[in-house]
Amino acid sequence: MSELDIAVCVKRVPATDTRIRIAGSGAGIETAGVKYILSPYDEFAIEGALRLRDAAGGGRVSLVSFGAAAAQEQLRTGLAMGADSATLLAGDSDVDALATARVLAGWFSSLEEQGGASGLILLGVKAADYDQQQVGPMLGVLLDRPCVTGVVEVELRDGAVRCERETETGVEVVEVELPAVLTVTKGAYEPRFVSLRGIMAARRKPLLTGEAESAPSGAVVERLIAPPARPPGRVVGTGSEAVPELVRLLREEAHAI
Amino acid sequence: MSGSHVAAFAETRDGTLTGAAGEVASTAVRLAGELDREARASVLAPEGPGGLETLGEYGVAEVLHGSHDAFASYNPEQWTAGFVELLRLDEPSVVLLPATALGKDLAPRVAATLGVPLIGDVTRIEVRNGALIATRPVFAGKALAEVRIDARPAVITLRPNVFSAERTAAGPAKVIVVTPSLSQPRMRTIERRTGGGELDVTEASTVVSGGRGMKGPEHWHLLEALRDALGGGATLGASRAVVDAGWRPHAEQVGQTGKTVSPKLYVAVGISGAIQHLAGMRSASTIVAVNRDPDAPIFRVADYGIVGDAFEVLPALSRAIAELKAGD
Repeated sequence: MSELDIAVCVKRVPATDTRIRIAGSGAGIETAGVKYILSPYDEFAIEGALRLRDAAGGGRVSLVSFGAAAAQEQLRTGLAMGADSATLLAGDSDVDALATARVLAGWFSSLEEQGGASGLILLGVKAADYDQQQVGPMLGVLLDRPCVTGVVEVELRDGAVRCERETETGVEVVEVELPAVLTVTKGAYEPRFVSLRGIMAARRKPLLTGEAESAPSGAVVERLIAPPARPPGRVVGTGSEAVPELVRLLREEAHAI
Repeated sequence: MSGSHVAAFAETRDGTLTGAAGEVASTAVRLAGELDREARASVLAPEGPGGLETLGEYGVAEVLHGSHDAFASYNPEQWTAGFVELLRLDEPSVVLLPATALGKDLAPRVAATLGVPLIGDVTRIEVRNGALIATRPVFAGKALAEVRIDARPAVITLRPNVFSAERTAAGPAKVIVVTPSLSQPRMRTIERRTGGGELDVTEASTVVSGGRGMKGPEHWHLLEALRDALGGGATLGASRAVVDAGWRPHAEQVGQTGKTVSPKLYVAVGISGAIQHLAGMRSASTIVAVNRDPDAPIFRVADYGIVGDAFEVLPALSRAIAELKAGD
Protein backbone atom coordinates (compact mmCIF):
# COMPACT_ATOMS: atom_id res chain seq x y z
CA MET A 1 0.00 0.00 0.00
CA SER A 2 1.26 3.44 -0.82
CA GLU A 3 1.79 5.92 1.96
CA LEU A 4 -1.40 7.21 3.41
CA ASP A 5 -2.42 10.77 2.76
CA ILE A 6 -4.74 11.98 5.51
CA ALA A 7 -6.68 15.21 5.06
CA VAL A 8 -8.25 17.11 7.95
CA CYS A 9 -10.93 19.75 7.29
CA VAL A 10 -10.82 22.52 9.89
CA LYS A 11 -12.70 25.70 10.73
CA ARG A 12 -11.96 29.03 12.40
CA VAL A 13 -14.60 29.75 15.07
CA PRO A 14 -15.09 32.21 17.94
CA ALA A 15 -13.54 30.94 21.20
CA THR A 16 -16.12 28.96 23.17
CA ASP A 17 -16.02 31.41 26.10
CA THR A 18 -17.07 34.28 23.80
CA ARG A 19 -20.13 36.27 24.84
CA ILE A 20 -22.04 36.33 21.59
CA ARG A 21 -23.53 39.74 20.75
CA ILE A 22 -25.74 40.15 17.72
CA ALA A 23 -24.62 42.86 15.30
CA GLY A 24 -27.17 45.63 14.82
CA SER A 25 -29.04 44.31 11.83
CA GLY A 26 -29.20 40.73 13.07
CA ALA A 27 -27.20 39.69 10.03
CA GLY A 28 -24.29 38.36 12.06
CA ILE A 29 -22.41 38.56 15.31
CA GLU A 30 -20.34 41.42 16.66
CA THR A 31 -16.79 40.39 15.74
CA ALA A 32 -14.87 43.24 17.38
CA GLY A 33 -12.83 41.92 20.28
CA VAL A 34 -13.76 38.30 19.55
CA LYS A 35 -10.90 35.83 19.86
CA TYR A 36 -10.91 33.10 17.23
CA ILE A 37 -9.67 29.54 17.65
CA LEU A 38 -9.39 26.28 15.77
CA SER A 39 -12.74 24.57 16.43
CA PRO A 40 -12.13 22.19 19.38
CA TYR A 41 -13.47 19.13 17.57
CA ASP A 42 -11.12 19.82 14.67
CA GLU A 43 -8.22 19.66 17.14
CA PHE A 44 -9.30 16.12 18.04
CA ALA A 45 -9.39 15.27 14.33
CA ILE A 46 -5.88 16.68 13.77
CA GLU A 47 -4.57 14.81 16.80
CA GLY A 48 -6.12 11.58 15.49
CA ALA A 49 -4.57 12.13 12.05
CA LEU A 50 -1.10 12.81 13.52
CA ARG A 51 -1.24 9.68 15.64
CA LEU A 52 -2.29 7.56 12.63
CA ARG A 53 0.58 9.00 10.58
CA ASP A 54 3.09 8.45 13.34
CA ALA A 55 1.86 4.92 14.09
CA ALA A 56 2.19 4.06 10.37
CA GLY A 57 5.72 5.46 10.37
CA GLY A 58 5.00 7.50 7.24
CA GLY A 59 2.40 9.36 5.24
CA ARG A 60 1.22 12.94 5.24
CA VAL A 61 -1.34 14.99 7.09
CA SER A 62 -2.70 17.92 5.11
CA LEU A 63 -5.16 20.49 6.41
CA VAL A 64 -7.83 22.30 4.45
CA SER A 65 -10.08 25.13 5.58
CA PHE A 66 -12.84 26.90 3.69
CA GLY A 67 -13.40 30.40 5.00
CA ALA A 68 -12.02 33.83 5.65
CA ALA A 69 -8.39 34.65 4.84
CA ALA A 70 -7.84 35.05 8.57
CA ALA A 71 -8.26 31.27 8.94
CA GLN A 72 -4.58 31.04 7.95
CA GLU A 73 -3.93 31.64 11.64
CA GLN A 74 -5.80 28.45 12.60
CA LEU A 75 -4.09 26.51 9.80
CA ARG A 76 -0.71 27.63 11.22
CA THR A 77 -1.82 26.29 14.60
CA GLY A 78 -2.56 22.93 12.99
CA LEU A 79 0.82 22.98 11.24
CA ALA A 80 2.46 23.76 14.57
CA MET A 81 0.72 20.71 16.05
CA GLY A 82 2.52 18.67 13.40
CA ALA A 83 0.50 18.62 10.17
CA ASP A 84 2.65 18.67 7.00
CA SER A 85 0.84 21.16 4.79
CA ALA A 86 -2.26 23.31 4.66
CA THR A 87 -4.58 24.85 2.10
CA LEU A 88 -6.96 27.74 2.60
CA LEU A 89 -9.94 27.84 0.28
CA ALA A 90 -10.77 31.50 0.66
CA GLY A 91 -14.43 32.32 0.36
CA ASP A 92 -17.61 33.15 2.19
CA SER A 93 -18.14 30.15 4.45
CA ASP A 94 -21.15 31.72 6.16
CA VAL A 95 -23.38 29.45 4.14
CA ASP A 96 -25.27 26.27 4.84
CA ALA A 97 -23.49 22.97 5.45
CA LEU A 98 -24.36 21.53 2.03
CA ALA A 99 -22.75 24.51 0.30
CA THR A 100 -19.62 24.00 2.43
CA ALA A 101 -19.61 20.25 1.75
CA ARG A 102 -19.87 21.00 -1.99
CA VAL A 103 -16.82 23.28 -1.85
CA LEU A 104 -14.81 20.63 0.00
CA ALA A 105 -16.02 17.83 -2.29
CA GLY A 106 -14.98 19.92 -5.29
CA TRP A 107 -11.53 20.40 -3.77
CA PHE A 108 -11.05 16.69 -3.01
CA SER A 109 -12.31 15.69 -6.47
CA SER A 110 -9.81 18.05 -8.11
CA LEU A 111 -7.01 16.49 -6.02
CA GLU A 112 -8.16 13.07 -7.13
CA GLU A 113 -8.01 14.12 -10.78
CA GLN A 114 -4.45 15.23 -10.18
CA GLY A 115 -3.66 11.85 -8.62
CA GLY A 116 -3.25 13.23 -5.13
CA ALA A 117 -6.32 11.82 -3.45
CA SER A 118 -6.59 11.67 0.32
CA GLY A 119 -7.50 8.12 1.30
CA LEU A 120 -8.79 9.26 4.64
CA ILE A 121 -10.60 12.52 5.34
CA LEU A 122 -11.17 13.54 8.95
CA LEU A 123 -13.37 16.34 10.27
CA GLY A 124 -14.47 17.45 13.70
CA VAL A 125 -17.92 16.00 14.41
CA LYS A 126 -19.27 19.57 14.36
CA ALA A 127 -17.96 23.12 14.37
CA ALA A 128 -18.30 25.01 17.65
CA ASP A 129 -20.08 27.94 15.98
CA TYR A 130 -23.10 26.74 13.99
CA ASP A 131 -23.22 23.27 15.56
CA GLN A 132 -24.49 21.70 12.36
CA GLN A 133 -22.97 18.23 12.56
CA GLN A 134 -23.58 17.87 8.82
CA VAL A 135 -20.52 18.58 6.68
CA GLY A 136 -18.83 15.20 7.28
CA PRO A 137 -21.74 12.92 6.34
CA MET A 138 -22.68 15.23 3.43
CA LEU A 139 -19.08 15.09 2.14
CA GLY A 140 -19.26 11.29 2.34
CA VAL A 141 -22.40 11.28 0.16
CA LEU A 142 -20.97 13.77 -2.37
CA LEU A 143 -17.70 11.82 -2.74
CA ASP A 144 -19.51 8.45 -2.59
CA ARG A 145 -17.37 7.35 0.35
CA PRO A 146 -18.57 5.70 3.55
CA CYS A 147 -18.70 8.12 6.48
CA VAL A 148 -18.44 7.11 10.12
CA THR A 149 -19.57 9.81 12.59
CA GLY A 150 -18.66 10.44 16.22
CA VAL A 151 -15.38 8.53 16.07
CA VAL A 152 -13.27 8.51 19.25
CA GLU A 153 -10.42 6.25 18.15
CA VAL A 154 -9.14 4.94 14.80
CA GLU A 155 -6.79 2.15 13.84
CA LEU A 156 -5.50 1.46 10.32
CA ARG A 157 -5.53 -2.13 9.12
CA ASP A 158 -4.70 -3.21 5.57
CA GLY A 159 -6.54 -0.62 3.54
CA ALA A 160 -9.35 -0.34 6.05
CA VAL A 161 -9.98 1.60 9.23
CA ARG A 162 -11.43 0.24 12.43
CA CYS A 163 -13.20 2.96 14.38
CA GLU A 164 -14.61 3.17 17.86
CA ARG A 165 -17.55 5.52 17.81
CA GLU A 166 -19.59 7.12 20.53
CA THR A 167 -23.28 6.16 20.49
CA GLU A 168 -26.00 7.53 22.74
CA THR A 169 -25.69 4.55 25.06
CA GLY A 170 -22.17 3.28 24.68
CA VAL A 171 -19.53 2.44 22.13
CA GLU A 172 -19.73 0.79 18.71
CA VAL A 173 -16.78 -0.66 16.80
CA VAL A 174 -17.14 -0.40 13.01
CA GLU A 175 -14.87 -1.08 10.07
CA VAL A 176 -14.82 0.54 6.62
CA GLU A 177 -12.56 0.19 3.61
CA LEU A 178 -10.59 3.21 2.43
CA PRO A 179 -11.22 5.74 1.00
CA ALA A 180 -13.44 6.96 3.82
CA VAL A 181 -14.63 10.04 5.70
CA LEU A 182 -14.64 10.10 9.51
CA THR A 183 -15.98 12.73 11.92
CA VAL A 184 -14.08 12.81 15.21
CA THR A 185 -15.39 13.68 18.66
CA LYS A 186 -13.83 14.06 22.08
CA GLY A 187 -12.43 10.81 23.39
CA ALA A 188 -8.98 9.31 23.15
CA TYR A 189 -7.42 12.18 21.24
CA GLU A 190 -6.31 14.79 23.77
CA PRO A 191 -4.80 17.45 21.47
CA ARG A 192 -1.06 17.91 22.00
CA PHE A 193 0.31 21.23 23.17
CA VAL A 194 1.88 23.37 20.51
CA SER A 195 5.59 23.71 21.27
CA LEU A 196 7.80 26.65 20.35
CA ARG A 197 9.72 24.30 18.08
CA GLY A 198 6.41 23.35 16.43
CA ILE A 199 5.57 27.02 15.86
CA MET A 200 9.01 27.65 14.32
CA ALA A 201 8.68 24.57 12.08
CA ALA A 202 5.18 25.63 11.01
CA ARG A 203 6.56 28.83 9.50
CA ARG A 204 8.47 26.81 6.93
CA LYS A 205 5.64 24.45 6.03
CA PRO A 206 3.60 25.06 2.88
CA LEU A 207 0.38 27.01 3.34
CA LEU A 208 -1.33 27.43 -0.01
CA THR A 209 -4.26 29.69 -0.73
CA GLY A 210 -6.91 29.24 -3.38
CA GLU A 211 -10.28 30.78 -4.07
CA ALA A 212 -13.54 28.94 -3.58
CA GLU A 213 -16.89 29.87 -5.02
CA SER A 214 -19.91 28.90 -3.00
CA ALA A 215 -23.59 29.50 -3.35
CA PRO A 216 -26.33 28.92 -0.78
CA SER A 217 -28.09 25.67 -1.57
CA GLY A 218 -31.59 26.85 -0.72
CA ALA A 219 -31.50 27.98 2.91
CA VAL A 220 -30.70 31.52 4.01
CA VAL A 221 -30.18 32.87 7.53
CA GLU A 222 -32.62 35.78 7.62
CA ARG A 223 -31.41 37.07 10.97
CA LEU A 224 -29.81 36.16 14.25
CA ILE A 225 -31.68 36.93 17.43
CA ALA A 226 -30.80 36.70 21.11
CA PRO A 227 -32.30 33.74 22.96
CA PRO A 228 -35.25 34.65 25.20
CA ALA A 229 -34.06 35.89 28.58
CA ARG A 230 -34.70 33.59 31.52
CA PRO A 231 -36.40 35.03 34.57
CA PRO A 232 -33.82 35.95 37.23
CA GLY A 233 -32.69 33.01 39.30
CA ARG A 234 -34.27 32.43 42.68
CA VAL A 235 -32.72 30.71 45.68
CA VAL A 236 -35.30 28.63 47.55
CA GLY A 237 -33.20 28.13 50.67
CA THR A 238 -30.17 26.60 52.26
CA GLY A 239 -29.30 22.94 52.81
CA SER A 240 -31.68 20.00 53.02
CA GLU A 241 -34.21 22.12 54.94
CA ALA A 242 -35.06 23.75 51.62
CA VAL A 243 -35.91 20.41 49.97
CA PRO A 244 -39.64 20.23 50.87
CA GLU A 245 -40.22 23.74 49.47
CA LEU A 246 -38.24 22.91 46.32
CA VAL A 247 -40.27 19.75 45.74
CA ARG A 248 -43.51 21.67 46.30
CA LEU A 249 -42.50 24.33 43.77
CA LEU A 250 -41.44 21.74 41.22
CA ARG A 251 -44.79 20.01 41.51
CA GLU A 252 -47.23 22.90 41.96
CA GLU A 253 -45.58 25.84 40.20
CA ALA A 254 -43.33 24.36 37.52
CA HIS A 255 -45.28 21.12 36.95
CA ALA A 256 -41.88 19.56 36.33
CA ILE A 257 -42.22 16.41 38.45
CA MET B 1 -42.21 22.45 -6.43
CA SER B 2 -42.46 18.71 -6.04
CA GLY B 3 -45.13 17.07 -3.94
CA SER B 4 -47.37 18.84 -1.55
CA HIS B 5 -47.56 17.07 1.78
CA VAL B 6 -45.54 17.14 4.98
CA ALA B 7 -43.67 13.90 5.72
CA ALA B 8 -42.77 12.85 9.26
CA PHE B 9 -39.90 10.41 9.75
CA ALA B 10 -41.21 8.34 12.66
CA GLU B 11 -38.11 6.96 14.33
CA THR B 12 -37.93 3.35 15.44
CA ARG B 13 -35.38 1.67 17.66
CA ASP B 14 -35.19 -2.11 17.63
CA GLY B 15 -38.26 -2.05 15.40
CA THR B 16 -40.40 -0.04 17.85
CA LEU B 17 -41.53 3.59 17.57
CA THR B 18 -39.62 5.95 19.87
CA GLY B 19 -40.96 8.92 21.84
CA ALA B 20 -39.51 11.23 19.21
CA ALA B 21 -41.83 9.65 16.61
CA GLY B 22 -44.90 11.20 18.30
CA GLU B 23 -43.29 14.64 18.51
CA VAL B 24 -42.34 14.58 14.82
CA ALA B 25 -45.71 13.20 13.65
CA SER B 26 -47.63 15.74 15.72
CA THR B 27 -45.51 18.65 14.43
CA ALA B 28 -45.98 17.47 10.85
CA VAL B 29 -49.75 17.45 11.37
CA ARG B 30 -49.75 20.99 12.83
CA LEU B 31 -47.48 22.33 10.05
CA ALA B 32 -49.55 20.60 7.37
CA GLY B 33 -52.63 22.30 8.83
CA GLU B 34 -50.96 25.71 8.54
CA LEU B 35 -49.94 24.98 4.95
CA ASP B 36 -53.34 23.48 4.15
CA ARG B 37 -51.75 20.19 3.22
CA GLU B 38 -51.75 16.60 4.34
CA ALA B 39 -49.34 14.96 6.78
CA ARG B 40 -47.98 11.48 6.28
CA ALA B 41 -45.47 9.41 8.20
CA SER B 42 -42.58 7.33 6.93
CA VAL B 43 -41.17 4.51 9.01
CA LEU B 44 -38.20 2.19 8.52
CA ALA B 45 -38.70 -1.02 10.47
CA PRO B 46 -38.52 -4.75 9.90
CA GLU B 47 -41.66 -6.59 8.88
CA GLY B 48 -44.08 -7.45 11.65
CA PRO B 49 -46.18 -5.86 14.32
CA GLY B 50 -44.91 -2.47 15.29
CA GLY B 51 -48.04 -0.57 16.13
CA LEU B 52 -47.36 1.72 13.19
CA GLU B 53 -51.07 2.36 12.70
CA THR B 54 -51.06 4.10 16.12
CA LEU B 55 -49.37 7.06 14.41
CA GLY B 56 -52.93 7.84 13.30
CA GLU B 57 -53.61 9.05 16.85
CA TYR B 58 -51.45 12.08 16.10
CA GLY B 59 -53.58 12.88 13.06
CA VAL B 60 -51.44 11.23 10.39
CA ALA B 61 -53.65 9.71 7.71
CA GLU B 62 -51.16 7.38 6.05
CA VAL B 63 -47.98 5.62 7.08
CA LEU B 64 -45.46 4.53 4.49
CA HIS B 65 -43.63 1.57 5.99
CA GLY B 66 -40.25 0.78 4.44
CA SER B 67 -39.98 -2.84 5.46
CA HIS B 68 -36.64 -4.67 5.58
CA ASP B 69 -34.65 -6.80 8.02
CA ALA B 70 -31.84 -4.24 7.73
CA PHE B 71 -33.99 -1.78 9.66
CA ALA B 72 -33.87 -3.82 12.88
CA SER B 73 -30.92 -1.68 13.97
CA TYR B 74 -29.49 1.55 12.58
CA ASN B 75 -26.86 1.58 9.88
CA PRO B 76 -26.35 4.82 7.98
CA GLU B 77 -26.09 3.65 4.40
CA GLN B 78 -29.07 1.30 4.23
CA TRP B 79 -31.29 3.64 6.23
CA THR B 80 -30.34 6.53 3.94
CA ALA B 81 -31.09 4.46 0.84
CA GLY B 82 -34.37 3.20 2.32
CA PHE B 83 -35.63 6.61 3.38
CA VAL B 84 -34.58 8.28 0.12
CA GLU B 85 -36.49 5.60 -1.78
CA LEU B 86 -39.64 6.35 0.25
CA LEU B 87 -39.20 10.09 -0.32
CA ARG B 88 -38.82 9.62 -4.07
CA LEU B 89 -42.03 7.60 -4.14
CA ASP B 90 -43.86 10.06 -1.99
CA GLU B 91 -42.40 13.43 -3.06
CA PRO B 92 -43.20 15.54 0.02
CA SER B 93 -42.51 19.29 0.12
CA VAL B 94 -41.40 19.23 3.77
CA VAL B 95 -39.60 16.39 5.57
CA LEU B 96 -39.34 16.39 9.37
CA LEU B 97 -36.98 14.11 11.32
CA PRO B 98 -36.03 14.08 15.01
CA ALA B 99 -32.68 15.60 16.02
CA THR B 100 -31.90 12.46 18.01
CA ALA B 101 -28.55 10.68 17.72
CA LEU B 102 -30.02 8.63 14.86
CA GLY B 103 -31.68 11.59 13.17
CA LYS B 104 -28.53 13.71 13.33
CA ASP B 105 -26.59 10.97 11.58
CA LEU B 106 -29.27 10.11 9.01
CA ALA B 107 -30.68 13.53 8.03
CA PRO B 108 -27.50 15.08 6.52
CA ARG B 109 -26.99 11.99 4.37
CA VAL B 110 -30.59 12.08 3.15
CA ALA B 111 -30.46 15.82 2.44
CA ALA B 112 -27.15 15.56 0.55
CA THR B 113 -28.50 12.64 -1.49
CA LEU B 114 -31.53 14.75 -2.44
CA GLY B 115 -29.27 17.76 -3.08
CA VAL B 116 -31.04 20.03 -0.59
CA PRO B 117 -29.82 21.73 2.59
CA LEU B 118 -30.69 20.47 6.06
CA ILE B 119 -31.87 22.77 8.82
CA GLY B 120 -30.92 20.90 11.95
CA ASP B 121 -31.90 20.86 15.63
CA VAL B 122 -34.76 23.27 15.04
CA THR B 123 -36.76 24.62 17.99
CA ARG B 124 -39.51 26.49 16.08
CA ILE B 125 -41.13 26.30 12.64
CA GLU B 126 -43.47 28.90 11.23
CA VAL B 127 -44.94 30.08 7.96
CA ARG B 128 -44.30 33.81 7.54
CA ASN B 129 -45.63 35.60 4.44
CA GLY B 130 -45.78 32.28 2.67
CA ALA B 131 -42.15 31.43 3.48
CA LEU B 132 -41.09 28.54 5.68
CA ILE B 133 -38.94 29.82 8.55
CA ALA B 134 -37.12 27.49 10.94
CA THR B 135 -35.37 28.73 14.07
CA ARG B 136 -32.32 26.93 15.38
CA PRO B 137 -29.91 27.62 18.24
CA VAL B 138 -26.35 28.52 17.16
CA PHE B 139 -23.20 29.01 19.22
CA ALA B 140 -24.57 26.25 21.49
CA GLY B 141 -27.64 28.33 22.28
CA LYS B 142 -26.02 31.74 22.78
CA ALA B 143 -28.01 32.97 19.76
CA LEU B 144 -30.88 31.80 17.56
CA ALA B 145 -30.79 31.81 13.75
CA GLU B 146 -33.98 32.25 11.76
CA VAL B 147 -33.49 30.37 8.52
CA ARG B 148 -35.71 30.80 5.45
CA ILE B 149 -35.93 27.54 3.57
CA ASP B 150 -36.51 27.89 -0.17
CA ALA B 151 -35.38 24.40 -1.22
CA ARG B 152 -37.98 21.66 -1.69
CA PRO B 153 -38.24 19.34 -0.05
CA ALA B 154 -37.36 21.39 3.02
CA VAL B 155 -35.53 18.93 5.29
CA ILE B 156 -35.63 19.76 9.00
CA THR B 157 -34.67 17.96 12.21
CA LEU B 158 -36.57 18.84 15.39
CA ARG B 159 -34.88 19.14 18.75
CA PRO B 160 -36.32 16.52 21.14
CA ASN B 161 -38.60 17.65 24.00
CA VAL B 162 -39.34 21.01 22.38
CA PHE B 163 -42.33 20.11 20.18
CA SER B 164 -45.30 18.52 21.91
CA ALA B 165 -46.78 15.20 20.89
CA GLU B 166 -50.56 15.55 20.86
CA ARG B 167 -52.94 12.71 20.31
CA THR B 168 -55.70 14.48 18.40
CA ALA B 169 -57.39 11.68 16.47
CA ALA B 170 -58.73 8.33 17.52
CA GLY B 171 -58.47 6.35 14.33
CA PRO B 172 -55.61 4.15 13.19
CA ALA B 173 -53.59 5.27 10.19
CA LYS B 174 -53.56 3.30 6.96
CA VAL B 175 -50.20 1.52 6.64
CA ILE B 176 -48.74 1.04 3.16
CA VAL B 177 -45.83 -1.38 3.03
CA VAL B 178 -42.96 -0.81 0.61
CA THR B 179 -39.92 -3.04 0.35
CA PRO B 180 -36.89 -0.97 -0.61
CA SER B 181 -34.04 -2.52 -2.54
CA LEU B 182 -30.85 -2.16 -0.54
CA SER B 183 -27.25 -2.93 -1.33
CA GLN B 184 -24.73 -4.28 1.16
CA PRO B 185 -23.50 -1.60 3.56
CA ARG B 186 -19.84 -0.60 3.26
CA MET B 187 -19.70 -0.08 7.00
CA ARG B 188 -19.46 -3.25 9.06
CA THR B 189 -20.35 -3.26 12.74
CA ILE B 190 -17.88 -5.44 14.62
CA GLU B 191 -19.06 -4.90 18.16
CA ARG B 192 -21.54 -2.93 20.28
CA ARG B 193 -20.87 -2.17 23.92
CA THR B 194 -23.65 -0.45 25.82
CA GLY B 195 -23.25 1.47 29.03
CA GLY B 196 -26.48 0.16 30.51
CA GLY B 197 -29.03 1.19 27.89
CA GLU B 198 -29.50 4.70 29.20
CA LEU B 199 -31.26 7.47 27.35
CA ASP B 200 -29.21 9.99 25.39
CA VAL B 201 -28.86 13.29 27.20
CA THR B 202 -30.35 15.21 24.23
CA GLU B 203 -33.45 13.01 24.20
CA ALA B 204 -34.17 12.77 27.92
CA SER B 205 -37.05 14.83 29.32
CA THR B 206 -35.17 15.18 32.63
CA VAL B 207 -31.40 15.55 33.03
CA VAL B 208 -29.54 15.22 36.34
CA SER B 209 -26.07 16.68 35.83
CA GLY B 210 -23.05 16.56 38.10
CA GLY B 211 -19.97 18.76 38.22
CA ARG B 212 -16.76 19.06 40.12
CA GLY B 213 -18.68 19.73 43.33
CA MET B 214 -19.46 15.98 43.37
CA LYS B 215 -15.80 15.53 44.37
CA GLY B 216 -15.26 12.22 42.58
CA PRO B 217 -16.88 9.56 40.35
CA GLU B 218 -17.47 7.36 43.39
CA HIS B 219 -20.23 9.74 44.50
CA TRP B 220 -22.27 9.45 41.30
CA HIS B 221 -24.61 6.93 42.96
CA LEU B 222 -26.22 9.97 44.64
CA LEU B 223 -27.09 11.41 41.23
CA GLU B 224 -28.23 8.00 39.98
CA ALA B 225 -30.58 7.77 42.97
CA LEU B 226 -32.11 11.14 42.06
CA ARG B 227 -32.41 10.08 38.41
CA ASP B 228 -34.18 6.87 39.47
CA ALA B 229 -36.51 8.78 41.79
CA LEU B 230 -37.46 11.10 38.92
CA GLY B 231 -38.43 8.03 36.89
CA GLY B 232 -38.64 7.21 33.19
CA GLY B 233 -37.27 9.78 30.79
CA ALA B 234 -34.53 10.88 33.20
CA THR B 235 -30.84 10.48 32.46
CA LEU B 236 -27.45 11.68 33.66
CA GLY B 237 -25.46 14.64 32.33
CA ALA B 238 -22.07 16.05 33.23
CA SER B 239 -20.04 19.23 33.14
CA ARG B 240 -16.95 19.53 30.99
CA ALA B 241 -14.71 19.54 34.08
CA VAL B 242 -15.77 16.06 35.17
CA VAL B 243 -15.53 14.67 31.62
CA ASP B 244 -12.02 16.10 31.24
CA ALA B 245 -11.13 14.57 34.61
CA GLY B 246 -12.24 11.18 33.26
CA TRP B 247 -15.02 10.77 35.84
CA ARG B 248 -17.77 10.51 33.21
CA PRO B 249 -17.97 9.72 29.47
CA HIS B 250 -18.06 12.52 26.89
CA ALA B 251 -21.48 11.31 25.69
CA GLU B 252 -22.91 12.83 28.90
CA GLN B 253 -21.24 16.24 28.53
CA VAL B 254 -23.59 19.22 28.32
CA GLY B 255 -22.27 22.48 26.87
CA GLN B 256 -20.54 23.95 23.88
CA THR B 257 -18.07 21.10 23.41
CA GLY B 258 -20.71 18.60 24.39
CA LYS B 259 -24.43 18.50 23.78
CA THR B 260 -27.02 21.25 23.80
CA VAL B 261 -30.15 20.09 25.58
CA SER B 262 -33.72 21.34 26.11
CA PRO B 263 -35.26 19.00 28.69
CA LYS B 264 -38.37 19.75 30.71
CA LEU B 265 -36.27 19.64 33.90
CA TYR B 266 -32.51 20.16 34.30
CA VAL B 267 -30.92 19.60 37.71
CA ALA B 268 -27.34 20.90 38.03
CA VAL B 269 -25.50 19.63 41.08
CA GLY B 270 -22.05 20.93 42.00
CA ILE B 271 -21.80 22.77 38.66
CA SER B 272 -20.67 26.38 38.94
CA GLY B 273 -21.98 27.31 35.48
CA ALA B 274 -19.27 28.23 32.96
CA ILE B 275 -20.63 30.20 29.98
CA GLN B 276 -20.21 27.14 27.72
CA HIS B 277 -22.30 25.02 30.10
CA LEU B 278 -25.01 27.64 30.57
CA ALA B 279 -25.34 27.96 26.81
CA GLY B 280 -25.90 24.23 26.50
CA MET B 281 -28.78 23.99 29.00
CA ARG B 282 -30.37 27.42 29.23
CA SER B 283 -33.33 26.43 27.08
CA ALA B 284 -34.49 23.80 29.60
CA SER B 285 -38.08 24.51 30.74
CA THR B 286 -37.14 24.38 34.44
CA ILE B 287 -33.64 24.58 35.92
CA VAL B 288 -32.72 23.51 39.45
CA ALA B 289 -29.26 24.17 40.91
CA VAL B 290 -27.61 22.82 44.02
CA ASN B 291 -24.27 24.41 44.85
CA ARG B 292 -22.28 25.34 47.95
CA ASP B 293 -21.21 28.67 46.49
CA PRO B 294 -24.07 31.23 46.64
CA ASP B 295 -22.24 33.34 44.01
CA ALA B 296 -21.99 30.51 41.44
CA PRO B 297 -23.20 31.75 38.00
CA ILE B 298 -25.55 28.75 37.77
CA PHE B 299 -27.88 30.49 40.28
CA ARG B 300 -28.44 33.31 37.79
CA VAL B 301 -30.26 30.96 35.40
CA ALA B 302 -31.74 28.50 37.90
CA ASP B 303 -35.49 28.83 38.46
CA TYR B 304 -34.96 27.20 41.84
CA GLY B 305 -31.67 27.06 43.69
CA ILE B 306 -30.54 25.48 46.92
CA VAL B 307 -27.31 26.75 48.44
CA GLY B 308 -25.86 23.76 50.17
CA ASP B 309 -23.76 20.65 50.21
CA ALA B 310 -24.66 18.15 47.47
CA PHE B 311 -23.98 15.24 49.81
CA GLU B 312 -26.59 16.53 52.24
CA VAL B 313 -29.17 17.85 49.77
CA LEU B 314 -29.18 15.02 47.20
CA PRO B 315 -30.30 12.16 49.48
CA ALA B 316 -33.04 14.35 50.97
CA LEU B 317 -34.19 15.44 47.50
CA SER B 318 -34.22 11.89 46.11
CA ARG B 319 -36.21 10.68 49.12
CA ALA B 320 -38.74 13.53 48.95
CA ILE B 321 -39.34 13.02 45.21
CA ALA B 322 -39.64 9.24 45.59
CA GLU B 323 -42.23 9.75 48.37
CA LEU B 324 -44.17 12.25 46.29
CA LYS B 325 -44.22 9.91 43.28
CA ALA B 326 -45.21 6.94 45.45
CA GLY B 327 -48.28 8.94 46.54
CA ASP B 328 -49.38 9.68 42.95
